[in-house]
Amino acid sequence: MTARFAVGDRVRIADRTPPAHQRTPAYVKGQAGVVVYLCGAEGQPESLGHGGDGTPPMDVYRVRLAQTDLWPDYRGSRGDTLDVEIFEHWLDPAER
Amino acid sequence: MADHHHPHPSRADDPEPTTHHQVMGLALRELLIEKGIYTADDERARIEMLEAASPANGARIVARAWTDPAFKARLLTDPNPAIEALGLDPFNAIHVVENTETVHNVIVCTLCSCYPRQLLGPQPAWYKARAYRARVVREPRQVLAEFGTHVPDDVVVRVHDSTAELRYMVLPRRPAGTEGWDEAALAALVTRDSLIGVTVPTMP
Repeated sequence: MTARFAVGDRVRIADRTPPAHQRTPAYVKGQAGVVVYLCGAEGQPESLGHGGDGTPPMDVYRVRLAQTDLWPDYRGSRGDTLDVEIFEHWLDPAER
Repeated sequence: MADHHHPHPSRADDPEPTTHHQVMGLALRELLIEKGIYTADDERARIEMLEAASPANGARIVARAWTDPAFKARLLTDPNPAIEALGLDPFNAIHVVENTETVHNVIVCTLCSCYPRQLLGPQPAWYKARAYRARVVREPRQVLAEFGTHVPDDVVVRVHDSTAELRYMVLPRRPAGTEGWDEAALAALVTRDSLIGVTVPTMP
């Protein structure tokens, strides 16, 4: 399976709450950032968490977010970032 | 102790009632052993291995990276084979993030407590605490300051939330004044907390 996104692509993390186990923390939902690393494919947590086999495996990306986007009242430097691992089915292309 | 008057009940002999999940865990373990999936001795050996892992492993990796540029390059691009070449078993896919003059890294798992345990030993209690997990993504510089780590404004703080299969380890900066030190002396400077990124190695 070919990864949908490449390093440098700008992506947005889906803002949804499926009634299932998931590995997308609430505080990053709806945020846009940049792909910095391709982690390889892993079983889908929404299936694995409920006795499923996790197939098809999904590519996982490290997405870099700006702290000043995450927290409007962020007290730190403007360049501070947060990297988070997100499964491909949680990502959409985002505008630059 | 004549003044010791205030009454306090003695502690009950039995612990808290066993919870549903504890009972399920015990039942599963008994079934797995009964069906021959693994033996009680396999389990004991696994626990022994986990408890034998310690931050000294991470310190060895860091000291090698500080003294061997080719090893460091491999560690940053393809860490697992590099770590295995030192005779260590990382178990999970490891990702090593390097502190530099311009970047300071710190690791957290906001969803639970993911940590390279097979490599570094059990995570510290505070790493699993909600206070650390919630705060370090929101106000990392304040949390670092509470650990005594004051990151200058012109150094980027990069928080890594370990939400999937990768396990993270920080490669700290080598302290100034350690030129010519051998690996064992350098490894002694590398603490568990500096491998998580809440502190930095310093000269004794």
